[in-house]
Amino acid sequence: MSLTVLAIDDSRTIREMLNAALSEAGFLVHLAVDGQDGLDKLGETAPDVVITDINMPKLDGFGFIKGARARQDYCAVPILVLTTESAADLKARARDAGATGWIVKPFDEMRLISAIQRVAGLRAAG
Amino acid sequence: MSGAPDIRTTFFQECDELLEALNDGLTSVQDQASGADADPEVMPAIFRAVHSIKGGAGAFGLNALVRFAHAFETVLDHLRSDRLSPTPELATLLFRAGDKLTDLVTAARDGQDDPDDPAAKALMGELAAASGAPPESDEDEAGGDEDFGFVPMGLPVNLPGSSPTRYRIAFSPSRRLYANGHDPLVLFEALGALGPLEVAVETGRLPDLGTLEPDENYIDWRLTLETEQGLDAIEEVFEFVEGLAEIEICAEDDLPEEEPDGGTDDGTDDGQDGGGEDTAKVDDAPPAAQPATPVPPAAAPAQPAAASPAARPPASAAAPAAPASAPPASATIRVDLERVDGLINAVGELVIHQAMIAQKLTEAGVAWNSDIGAGFDVFRNLTSEIQERVMAIRAQPIKPLFQRMARIVREAAAISGKTAQLRTEGEGTEVDKTVIERLAEPLTHILRNAVDHGLENAETRVAAGKKPTGLISLSATYRSGRVVIEVADDGAGINRERVRSIAVERGLIDPAAELSEGEIDKLLFMPGFSTASEVSDLSGRGVGMDVVKRAIQQIGGRISIHSAAGKGTTLSISLPLTLAVLDGILIELCGETMVIPITAVIETLRPQPGDIHAIGPEQSVVKVRDTVVPVVDLGQVFGLSGKSSGEILLLVETENRDRYALAVDAIRDQSQVVIKGLEGNYRHVAGISAATILGDGRIALIIDPEEAVSQAVPPPLAAAAAAAAAAATASSQPQAALSSVR
Repeated sequence: MSLTVLAIDDSRTIREMLNAALSEAGFLVHLAVDGQDGLDKLGETAPDVVITDINMPKLDGFGFIKGARARQDYCAVPILVLTTESAADLKARARDAGATGWIVKPFDEMRLISAIQRVAGLRAAG
Repeated sequence: MSGAPDIRTTFFQECDELLEALNDGLTSVQDQASGADADPEVMPAIFRAVHSIKGGAGAFGLNALVRFAHAFETVLDHLRSDRLSPTPELATLLFRAGDKLTDLVTAARDGQDDPDDPAAKALMGELAAASGAPPESDEDEAGGDEDFGFVPMGLPVNLPGSSPTRYRIAFSPSRRLYANGHDPLVLFEALGALGPLEVAVETGRLPDLGTLEPDENYIDWRLTLETEQGLDAIEEVFEFVEGLAEIEICAEDDLPEEEPDGGTDDGTDDGQDGGGEDTAKVDDAPPAAQPATPVPPAAAPAQPAAASPAARPPASAAAPAAPASAPPASATIRVDLERVDGLINAVGELVIHQAMIAQKLTEAGVAWNSDIGAGFDVFRNLTSEIQERVMAIRAQPIKPLFQRMARIVREAAAISGKTAQLRTEGEGTEVDKTVIERLAEPLTHILRNAVDHGLENAETRVAAGKKPTGLISLSATYRSGRVVIEVADDGAGINRERVRSIAVERGLIDPAAELSEGEIDKLLFMPGFSTASEVSDLSGRGVGMDVVKRAIQQIGGRISIHSAAGKGTTLSISLPLTLAVLDGILIELCGETMVIPITAVIETLRPQPGDIHAIGPEQSVVKVRDTVVPVVDLGQVFGLSGKSSGEILLLVETENRDRYALAVDAIRDQSQVVIKGLEGNYRHVAGISAATILGDGRIALIIDPEEAVSQAVPPPLAAAAAAAAAAATASSQPQAALSSVR
C-alpha cells in the first residue's frame, strides 16, 4: 500500500510541484492550502507523513504543527517543514513547534523523497 | 526540481494573482502612510505574496527574480515586524519595487532572467538601504540554490566499495523525541539499510514508574554498524534528530590508540590515509553549532540528554491552536481556455438549433400554448440561461487591468512632473477575457493622455482653487447589457478654441464651419490630431486618439468624450460583454441574407426616387441633410448577381469619419447572432468579418462595413464624386431617417 502524504502550501505552484513529484514517486498525495485547511484535512486524509510550508495565511506552519501535535491521533505523525527561510533559528523554531524534519526550497525530487523516507522509514520504501 | 511546463504556467498565473494581492496591499500601506488605520492583515499578506514569488522563482532557477524578491521581502519583513514604519516615501519605494517585480516576472515569463538588470540592481540597493542593511553583494545570494539550514560537515567520505568500517554509535535522545514525530525504529531501519546493525538498549535513565511520562523517551541506544558507506551517510540518517539527541559516531578501528584528546585528525582530511579518525559529534544547537569540529570518543558528553526535561516542547503543552471550523478552500478550478471556447461554440450551436426548431414549430402550426409549445418555451429559457452562464465563464474581473493602470498613472505623473492619484471603482465588473486583453493598450493611452494633457500642473491647479494633486478616476459599470468604462480627470477640460484652431490649421475642418462643443470634442478622434504643441515623451509616440478609437471599435466598443471647462474631461467606453455574440441587423441583398453589426450603423434611410444622383456609370451619391454621401452598392462589392435595389440605405461612418450609404434591398430583422469565424473554416473574404447561422439553418455572412467600403470605392474618386455631387444637388433631400438605430 502506498504511503499517504498531506502537502500543505499556500502557493499553487509549490503544491503542483509537490503533487507531481510525490505522485510520480508512488505516494498518495493530498493537498491543503494553509495550516487551517491542513488541520481540517488531517482526519479525512489520515496521512502517514505531512509536508508543510511555514509562511501561510490563516494559520502558519508552526500553528499547524502545534495543532496537529495537540491531537491524540496525530501527535506522532512525521511532519516535514518545507521552507525557503534562511533564518538560522528556523530549524530550532520548527523543532520547538514539533516538526520532525525539514526540506529547503527549492527542493529536488531526490532530496524530497529521501527526506520522506527518512522520517517514514521502510513504510515509504514500497 | 525543474518544473514541468504546465507547472511553469501555473507559476506565472499565480504570480499574476500574487502581484495583484501585492498591489492591493501596497495601496493600503500607502493609505496607512498617510494616516489611515493599519490593518494587521495587510503586511503579512504582502510579505507572503513576495515570498511566494521568490519560492516559486527559486524552483525554476529564476535567479534575478529570486534576488530581487529577496531584497524586497527583507524590507517587507521589517515592516511586518514593526522594525520599520510606513512613510509616504517608503510606500513610493515599495510601489516602485512592486512595479519592478512585475517587470521581472514578465521578463522571466518571456524567458529573460537577467541578473544584471541595472534598474533592478539600483532598486535593490534602495531597498537594502531602507531595511538598514548594506546592499547585498552578488555572492550573497540568499534564497538562491543553496541550502541555508545545512552546514556542510566537511568530513571524510568513504566511497562505496571501500572496505567496510565498524562504527559505534551512541544515540541518546532527549525525552521529547517522540513529540516531534520521530521513531527510533525508523532510524534503525535506515541504518540497517547501510549494513549489519546491532542495537543495544540502555535503560539507566528510566525513572520510577510513578513519574514516568509514557509518551516520552528515557532510553539510550548503543549501536554498532558495519558499513561501506561513509560517515556522511550515517549522519544523514540522524540529520533530523539533531538537537533532539546526543549522537556520537566513532569509527571503531580508530578507537583505541589515538590520543584521547582530539588531536588526531581534524576530520577534513579525505580519510584515505587510513589513520584518520572518522568521528564527529553531532549536536546541533543551531546558532552555535560547530559540527565541523570532531570530538574524540574519550570526550564523551557529561550530560547525556542535552535538551532534556526542563525544555519540554511546546507541542506537548500547547493548547490546540485552532478550532476545526471548515474554511472553504478556494472553490475554483482552472480550466483550459480551449475547453471553455469549445463549450461556448457548442452552446452557440445549441442556440442556433433552438432557433431552427422554433421556426419549424411555427411552420408546422404548433400553438405556443400547446404542450409542445410550452415545453419549448422552457427549453428556450434554459438555453438562454446556459448561454449566459457559459459566457460568464470567459468573463473576468477588470481589476488586474485597473491595477496596471494605477502604475501607468504613477509613471506618467513622474515623467510629466505632476502629481496624480488614480481612484478606481467597479473593479469587480466582469468582462470577456479577450475584451480585457485588447482593452489594455487603448486604456493605457487614454490614461497617459489624461495625465499628460488632461491634468494641469500643481501651480495652475492651486491657482484655480484645486488641490495640487490631480485626480483621475477609472470606473467600470454595467449599463444595459454592456460594460461602460469611464476615465475622468479633474483637469482643465478640453481647450476647444485650441482644438478648433488646430483642426483648421491641419485642414481637417473648414475655417467657417460652425461646430457644436460636442463636434469640436470629437475632432480629437480624427487621425493625426494631437493637441500637444510638441509630441511629448508620454502620450505622443505617434499615436493619436484615432488609434484608440479604432482599437475600441475592433472589440465592438464605442467611445465618446465629454468635457467641462475648468472641471475636467470624461471619456466613456462602452463595450460588449462578449465577443461570441453580436447585435446585428439582418439585411436582404440580391436574395442573400447578411448581417451588419448594429454598432456600425448610424442611421437607416429610405431614399425617395431622385434623392440618389448618378455621377458616372458606376457611381452615385445621396444627399443626407447638409452632406453628400457616396452610395456603395454592396451587391457589387460582394460580386452578387444583380444590383441591389437600394431601397434602403444604411449610413455608416468609417474611421476617417467619411460617411457612406450602403445600399441594400431590405431590412429583415434585428437580432443577436452567434459569431462563427470564417477564416478558420474557409479563408478571409474581403468585406466580411465572420459568419453566423440563422434560425432557418442558412449561413449568413457578417459584413465588416469599413472593409466593404474600402473594397467598393477608391477614396479619391469617392471624394471627387462627393464634391461634384455637392455642387450638382443643391436642394434635394431624402426622406428623413427611417429609424435611428444608434
